[in-house]
Amino acid sequence: MKKYDVVTTISYPKKGAMGKTGSWRVFRPILDKTKCVKCLRCWIYCPEGTVIRNKDDTVDIDYEYCKGCGICANVCKVKAITMEREAKKK
Amino acid sequence: MAIKNLPVEECMIPGSAACPGCPATMALRIVFKALGKNTIMVVPACCTAVIESLYPNTSFDVPVMNIAFEAAAAGASGVEAALRQQGKGDTTVVAGAGDGGTYDIGIQALSGALERQTNFIYICYNNQIYSNTGIQRSGATPYAAWTTTTVGGKTEFRKEMGEIIQAHHIPYAAQACVSYPEDLYNKLKKAKSIKGPKYLEIMAPCPPGWRFGMEKTVDMGIMAVETGAWALYECENDVVTFNGKSKLILEEKIQRKPIEEWIKQQGRFGHLFKPKKDVTRIKTIEDHTDQIWKRYRKKYL
Amino acid sequence: MTVMIDTGNYIAAKAAVMARPAVVPAYPITPQTTLVEGIANYVKTGEFKGEYICVESEHSAMCACIGASAAGVRTFTGTSSHGLLLMHEMLHWAALARLPIVMCNINRVIGPGWNIWTDENDSISQRDTGWIQFYCSSNQEIFDTVIQSFKLAENKKVLLPVMINYNAFILSHTSMPVYIPEQKEIDDFLQKYKPQWKLDVNNPITFGNIILPVDYEKIRKDMQNSQENAKKLIPEIAKEWKKKFGRYHGDLIEEYKCDGADHILLAMGAIGAESKVSINNLRKEGLKIGLARVRTFRPFPNEEILKLGKQADLIVIDRNISIGSEGALFSEVKASLYGKSDTKVHGFIAGLGGKDVTYNDIETICRKVVEGKAKDCEWYGFEGGGK
Repeated sequence: MKKYDVVTTISYPKKGAMGKTGSWRVFRPILDKTKCVKCLRCWIYCPEGTVIRNKDDTVDIDYEYCKGCGICANVCKVKAITMEREAKKK
Repeated sequence: MAIKNLPVEECMIPGSAACPGCPATMALRIVFKALGKNTIMVVPACCTAVIESLYPNTSFDVPVMNIAFEAAAAGASGVEAALRQQGKGDTTVVAGAGDGGTYDIGIQALSGALERQTNFIYICYNNQIYSNTGIQRSGATPYAAWTTTTVGGKTEFRKEMGEIIQAHHIPYAAQACVSYPEDLYNKLKKAKSIKGPKYLEIMAPCPPGWRFGMEKTVDMGIMAVETGAWALYECENDVVTFNGKSKLILEEKIQRKPIEEWIKQQGRFGHLFKPKKDVTRIKTIEDHTDQIWKRYRKKYL
Repeated sequence: MTVMIDTGNYIAAKAAVMARPAVVPAYPITPQTTLVEGIANYVKTGEFKGEYICVESEHSAMCACIGASAAGVRTFTGTSSHGLLLMHEMLHWAALARLPIVMCNINRVIGPGWNIWTDENDSISQRDTGWIQFYCSSNQEIFDTVIQSFKLAENKKVLLPVMINYNAFILSHTSMPVYIPEQKEIDDFLQKYKPQWKLDVNNPITFGNIILPVDYEKIRKDMQNSQENAKKLIPEIAKEWKKKFGRYHGDLIEEYKCDGADHILLAMGAIGAESKVSINNLRKEGLKIGLARVRTFRPFPNEEILKLGKQADLIVIDRNISIGSEGALFSEVKASLYGKSDTKVHGFIAGLGGKDVTYNDIETICRKVVEGKAKDCEWYGFEGGGK
């Protein structure tokens, strides 16, 4: 990444440009891998790209950035994902 | 194209400023899967400008140029000409605007760029409101919908942008919806392969704007298509081909579902159901939708 | 070196093409039309090898300039009056983006009613956009300034767009002989364009996203610093041009017979040229009077004007008016002197709506001041009612 030495609004790609957006979450998607049929609907529909598609088409959830919208659970045909309220902060 | 076959490659980086359940980022992920990294995006004032996140960082992994609200297509014309002048004509130039920046303030620049055959893809992600500024009415807002500037419900019908675009007789125009990612991907791939101006409009149900639960974005898009509130089609060199459920509705192989089933799930139409059902306005919406499909059948069957 | 006898607009087109921009987006407006027609003609002859984009408005013209410049190429356009006003939003955008776009603006009256003659309210009302503003007084100066402006704008210490202003018809449509250097000489003077930032698929930056106050302020400060840097670079570039081509039109101001003057006239554009005739005549009459033709309104020549103010009383002619205040040059001249010189400054509004301002008029203005009959600020030759 080449940085430009010009004083204007030039921004550079960064994971978490708005911070750890996982902290926005009220409900947490919980994936039951035994139910997963690798259809990848959760992966393609995730608005944030926080459903990680593995090489074998299983998926994992990136909780650091997942905003907890619940779309993955909603589009899952086999109910492998459930939304659970985040534990109250200690 | 099955979901499995869509590329793993991403240009939208997690941790952006987008609202949870955002249809724009959902669409943009597919856009970049289809267009790849050899793409430059021009963005006017719209939600995407916010989604990029805060200087000095960005959530986009392709070059993005922000430009004024009415200016996406004109800015793209400049980018495209400059790239060609540098022998980089293979780079895809894409303008990504909302419905306000497309239907309303940006329509002049868009029409100009289409007319002068700018080699680019113009994408309108249509959430039927000025979302970014706090849910005001646009030319794409449907009849009777509440917005902060149509407090009792909009009194006019939305424009048919698709038909306005078709009057430019560009090589490729299409309507898609975030709920059908494979279809969206295919349309983008086709647009990328064609030289000249391409227009792609993506139905993008907005949870805070339409007042529905953020987990329901995909459902709202599917319902929009199944009720005929939105149509999936392509227009290649003036030949219009409907696809998906829209094709079946057009050919009357299935009946479109009542619009009521779609709008009753959205808080922006809540005043049509509470405190008492507004039968007249609901019928007006249904009748208007029937009129649109009658016109489609007459023109495209 | 050849001599081309042509109008200001065709000369500007020639200069623009010789600077080898890759993209010229433009929209026609009287009296700029022959400038873009000139460029269109160079497309036909093959002399212009870049792309001329016929956009659908001036707003889009400036947007396309911004897009092209951001994508890494040299960019030029031209406009006038309402066209410039329609661009206003994007003028700010171009400057904040630090894109070295060069544009000619043909100073024309703003409607209503429709009036295509010259005054400077169009460009004066763009003075806070961050653009460097030149005001030319001859077709030769137009040619030379267009080329020099690319060099100035593209300098790393400046990186601001440049607007070259010249008067409608008086210059835009009047033929004058102009010395044109050879293309190779221009190429040597104006090196190949190297963008300081650009949209590049191998370096995916986002330009122009949301920025917080503390960072935004840094851009404004840097733009201000850059205008200050331009104050030093404009004379350097003018001197380099003089050395190479033997022509010189002044630095931020052009001084004319200011030595020993106890009154100095300040004016811009064509009035500045006309004033030279007046100064010659008044000097013959024995008046100790000189001229400082203001070439750049941004950056404003504060230091030069203060120096003159310490030497002489000042007479300012404005072909513009900041309604509710006074002529823009008059205001800024006084601001340059504030607290450092208590010299007398007289302001005159003249030539609005394209009214002629002849050397006779300018002499009348100067005599009135010298004879102590002038008010602080007045409208010269106003033919309206008694208010």
